[in-house]
This record gives sequence, C-alpha cells and structure tokens, in this order.
Amino acid sequence: MSMSLKTSPRPVAAPPLPPAPQRRRAARRRALREHMTAYGFLCAAVVIFALFSWWPIIRNVLLGFQEVNFATGNTWVGADNFEKLFNDPLFLTAWKNTGLFTLYALLLGFAVPFLTAVLLNEFRHARAYFRILVYLPVMLPPVVVALMWKWFYDPGPGLLNEILRTLHLPTSAWLDSSSTSLISLVIVSTWANMGTTTLIYLAALQTIPGELYEAAELDGANVWQRLRHVTVPQTRFVLLVLLLLQIVATMQVFTEPYVMTGGGPEDSTVTVMFLVYRYAFVYNDFGTASALSLLLLIVLGAFSALYLRLTRASKE
Amino acid sequence: MSFTRRRTLALATATVLSLVSLSACGTSSDGSESDSGGKVKLDVNGQPPKTQAFERTLFDKHVKQFEKANPDIDIVPHEGFMDPKTFNAKLAGGKLEDVFYVYFTDTRSLIEKKQAADITDAVKDMPHRDDIQDPLMKIFQDDEGRQYGLPTSNYSMGLVYNRALFEKAGLDPDKAPKTWADVRKAAKKIAALGDNTVGYADFSKNNQGGWHYTAELYSRGGKIATQSGGKWKAAFNTPEGKATFQDLYDMRWKDNSMGSKQLLQVEDVQRMMGSGKLGMYVSAADNITVIAKQFGGKYEDYALAPVPDAKGTLLGGEGYMINPKASPEKIKAGVKWIQWRYLNPELIEKNVADYAKAKLPVGIPMPMVPDVFEGSVREQVEQVKKENANMPTGNYQAFMDSAPEVPGVIEPPRAQEVYAILDSAMQSVLTKKDTDIDALLDDAEKKVNAIYSGS
Repeated sequence: MSMSLKTSPRPVAAPPLPPAPQRRRAARRRALREHMTAYGFLCAAVVIFALFSWWPIIRNVLLGFQEVNFATGNTWVGADNFEKLFNDPLFLTAWKNTGLFTLYALLLGFAVPFLTAVLLNEFRHARAYFRILVYLPVMLPPVVVALMWKWFYDPGPGLLNEILRTLHLPTSAWLDSSSTSLISLVIVSTWANMGTTTLIYLAALQTIPGELYEAAELDGANVWQRLRHVTVPQTRFVLLVLLLLQIVATMQVFTEPYVMTGGGPEDSTVTVMFLVYRYAFVYNDFGTASALSLLLLIVLGAFSALYLRLTRASKE
Repeated sequence: MSFTRRRTLALATATVLSLVSLSACGTSSDGSESDSGGKVKLDVNGQPPKTQAFERTLFDKHVKQFEKANPDIDIVPHEGFMDPKTFNAKLAGGKLEDVFYVYFTDTRSLIEKKQAADITDAVKDMPHRDDIQDPLMKIFQDDEGRQYGLPTSNYSMGLVYNRALFEKAGLDPDKAPKTWADVRKAAKKIAALGDNTVGYADFSKNNQGGWHYTAELYSRGGKIATQSGGKWKAAFNTPEGKATFQDLYDMRWKDNSMGSKQLLQVEDVQRMMGSGKLGMYVSAADNITVIAKQFGGKYEDYALAPVPDAKGTLLGGEGYMINPKASPEKIKAGVKWIQWRYLNPELIEKNVADYAKAKLPVGIPMPMVPDVFEGSVREQVEQVKKENANMPTGNYQAFMDSAPEVPGVIEPPRAQEVYAILDSAMQSVLTKKDTDIDALLDDAEKKVNAIYSGS
C-alpha cells in the first residue's frame, strides 16, 4: 500500500518584526499615501480660507491697534483707536440701535416665520404654492428689496399710507420719524428673510410624529395646547439654533440702514456695521473701523461659541 | 500609474495652478513698475466710460495727440474717477493710477496723510500757472504752500429752479428769488399747486444734509468753523446758523412747502426736479445736465440763479493729484499731462467747438469749460463758450453775472465728520415737528468742537 505523502505546509518562520517606532512611521506613511487625495482637497480649502478669511481677520485685529496709512505705512498706536471709539457719542447709540434692532428682529423675525410654518404645516392643499410664495422674497436682491420698501414707506403717496388712508386709519411717517424708523427697517428685514427660516421650521415640524398630536387630541388638547405642549418642545433645538443664528445675522445689519435711511433720522438707525462703514469709507479711518469690527467680532464670537456648544451637545 | 496616483497628481496640479493664479491676482501691474524703453509710462484715470461715446473718443484722441507731442511719455488711460470707497484699497494694493482724479472735498485729508505726491517743483514753470485762480490752487496746498495737485474744474452753488413751475404758480421765471424770504414765498406758491408738488427741497441723508446746511449757511455769510491760534472751532451756533434751520423748519412745518418725504439725497431731488414736481433747490450747474440727461427734464425749463442772500457760496470742484509713490520723472510727466489736457485754453477752445458740432450742451456754467482761470484767459474762454452756446444761456446769466462778486468759501476741515453731525441736526429739523433748534445747535457745536479738539 502506497502511502500517499501528505505534506502539510511547512510552517514559515515570520520575519522578525521591525522595532515599534519604525512600525509606527510606516503606518503613518501608509496612511498618508491613502489619504493623499483628502489632504489635497483640504490643502486647497485651507489655503483659500487662510487667504480670504483668517488672514483678513488677523490683519483686522492688527489694524485695530494701528493708525492706518496705506501710503506712508501704519504706526502702532496702542489702544488709541478704542479710546477714540469710546469718546464718539455715536458709539453707544450704534450699539443701542443694533441691540434694539436685534431684539425687534427676534420678536418679529422669530415669531412670524414660526407661526407661518405652523400654518403651512396645517395646509392640506396647495402647500407647495404657499411655500414658494413665502420663499419668494428671499430671491430678491437685498438692495432691490430696500429700494422697493422705501417707496412703500413714502409718507406722502407711499403704498402703506395709501392703504391706511383707504381704511380710514391714521398714517405713519415710517422711515421719516426717529420713533418708527428702526421698527420699519425690522419689518423690511423680516419680510425679506423669513422665507428660509420658515422652511427650516417647516422641515422641523414635519419630523414630529403624528401620533403625538393624535394622543394630545385624544386627551382633549386644543390647538394652543397642542402648539405649546407638542410642537414647541419637539422643535426646541431647531428654535434655539435658529435663534442664535439670527442674533449673529441681525447684529450685522447694514444694507437696510445704508440704503433706506443713511443712519437717520437723528442717528436712530445708525448700527454698529453702519458706523464701521462710515469710519472706513467716509472718514478713511481704517484703524478705528477695525477696532470697532473687533469689538463686534468678540460679541458675535460669544454667540457663535454658544451655537457650537449647543450643536455639539446635540450630537453627543 | 494607478488611478489613485493619477488622481493625486491631477489634484496636485490643480492646486498648484490655483495657487499660481491666486498669486497672479496679486501681481502688480501698476505704474510703479520701472519705465521701459526710455519712455515714461503714465497710468492716468478720468477716461470716460464707453457709454459716453463722444467724450471717450475725444479723450482717446487727446491721448494720441499728447503722445505725439511728447514721444517720451506713454499714456495708459483708465476708466473711472475718484471713488473714496476704493481709493485706499487701490493705494494699498499698488493699483492707484499715477495721475488720479480727486474731488476738492478729499484733497485736505490726502495731503495730511501724504497720500499724494509733492509737485511744487514740477508746477513752477508750468504754462498758464499764473492764470489759474489762486483760491483754487490753495485747495491743493498744505499750510506751507507746497503744491500737491491741480484744480481742473470748479463749481459754486446757486439756486436751480424750474421755470415752467414758476410760471404755473404765477411767479415770474425771469425773476429768481434773491433772498431766503423770497425762496420761502415762492416755495409756498409752488407747493400750493398740489398733486405732491414740492416748493423747495433739501438733502438730509448720507452727510449730504450737512453739506447743504453748510452751503445755505455760507449764502447768509455764516461759517462752519473758524481758526484761531492754529486751532479750529465750530462757528455755526450763530444767528445765521439758527436762521438757516429756522427757514427750513418754517417751510417744512408751517408752510408745508417741502413735501412730506424727507431723508432725501441728491438723486432723489434730481428725480423730483426732472419729473416737474419740484420748484427749487440749492445746487451747482452740473445738476442741470443730470436732470435733463438722466431724469427726463428739458434744458429750457431749468435756470440757475445765485444762492439766496448771496453773501458767500460753497466752492467745490475736481482736480488731479499724483501717486505718492511716483518717481520724479512720472511727476514731471503727470503735471505735463494734466496741464495739456485740462488747463490748456487752446485745447478748451477746440473742445467747445467739437461739443457744439456734436450737438452736446455748450453754455452751461460747468465742465467741459472749467471755470478755473482768471483774468484775460477766463474772458477768452467765456467768449468762445458764448459764441458756440447751444443752451439757453439766458437761464444762467444771473448766476454768471454774480459769480465774480459772491465770495467762494471752501469746505471746513474734517468736512465729512462735521457733515455727519450736521446731517443729524438737519434730519431733526425736517422730520421732527417739536424739534428744538437751539438745543440742536448747542449739541452739534459741542460735537464738532470735540472732533476739532481731537485733531
């Protein structure tokens, strides 16, 4: 009987392992090769951000402490620009106006889109049509919106006063009065920007399971109670995030006062960004303009940090 | 080559190309490059846009003629004029032309900040140097009398009015209001025509209100600021300063002759004038062209009279300065170009004839016939203009006749900052019925003095 020789694979001795640091280096090289494309893309983005975003921010910080002269060169002046700002009577006015604008914009620009979204969510028919209608103003260029509303607000033959006259209601001076100018700008801003916010709210509303409403209805909850005990708690996070984003956006208001009121009447619509513009491009004082931008950056940075913290907390 | 490698290589190439193109964006192509071929390359702005076909062709023709007469200078024309918003960015980026256009408003600040070249030596022997009005040359000088630019045209404020509306309101269009009291009476009559017709309009937005308050105060013989012991001080809290606001207040609130819409700026008022809804406003002659060309007015309907009261008139205008980084050769060439192109009576005479031939307006007291000369040269230029006039010059005769007698006053120092403060006061007068003019003046005076004490 012949014996078949069954050969089992001869165990091959494994090559001796390289020392640990070499292994790590090799792994790093391998990872680098594998991620080359990603690094390439990252590199381009980093360069673009560095050139057009980070460097201007750093330069702005530096300019805030310099007297800027593009012909003879800049000179360091310490905190002189800030001192100049604090002595400018418009400094506090601008912050007060910006704060009020933000507050009004939140009251109006927060509540109106939310209620519109709730309403749109209830529609069974022509929902897409109404959604487009609400979003339409967002597609208009901001300056066009401002100029259009300037005509609406004309205290003489303007559209709004004509409507009020037709209804036998008292007319308003709108932009031409220091007591109504700021709120008039808030109305324009809300009208122009509420489309996007409404759609985000709408998306959030549509994620709320229908059973919750059914259960609430079975428990005898009316519309207001359903809104208060189901809708608001379910969309709380989106509401909070949008609130912060809105604060950051509205504090930078510039187009409306620039185009519609020029900061008037009686400085009632001079905002921080408007003052920055005036320092830089009317007075040619880029140092003080940078100092003021820096202060605004710090305030907005605080809100942005809060926003980041919130979004990170939600992911965790 | 593996797909990944190819992709990586393509990506790397794209990145390098992007960076190269980015760095190319920053490559200077300005006039600070060294001159080549023994020629002085001179970048100049002020070339009219393509939409102004005639003016552009004329400009380009002048460039060729100048280069022929000066073969050692190569003119590189650039479209556009002075934009204070981009000026500093152009200067910082090395993109500012060697010879750049400037408004009178900006010269003082540019000289203080050394953002224009000292051209004193280059203008010493310049042709027609002594024929230019001295107050205009001073606008381009520092305290020591060093020259930093040249005026090429100027304007002074007058009262633009709509003759057709005057007639309609039962006023004599050949008798313009001579005093502010006359203006108030005429405005009342014009506003009484109804249908949103406004008797008198004023600016009150984007610092233009402060600028106009200044013009109106000067017309009463007032001043915005005075200098003593080398320090500037606000000087408008006076009976003239109060009367300026009081008249506006009365027209706005007592007579209701200024319309209900305020916060106006120049374009708004020009539009009102062009559409025949406005009777009068204070402005320079160049506004008539804008009203006719852009806002549909008819030249024959508009007249220019001296400012009411005529005790002084705000001077404005334009000129050219030279890049502070320009070499001495460029400064010399630049001065040569400015004189040849803008301060050359012979060329101006030819221009007048060319404009008349092309049926473009001749006879309005504004550029292309700059009123910068004095003495016999001024008379000579005015005569040529008269001979070629195709505009109703009778409408501007009162203004022209009074021009030599009404003293021209330049803007106050730190004009824009002062205007911003007065703008706010102007807004209060025109938008707040219960405003307190004395308190407004006190407050504005305090703020303006704070600006001057800080400088």
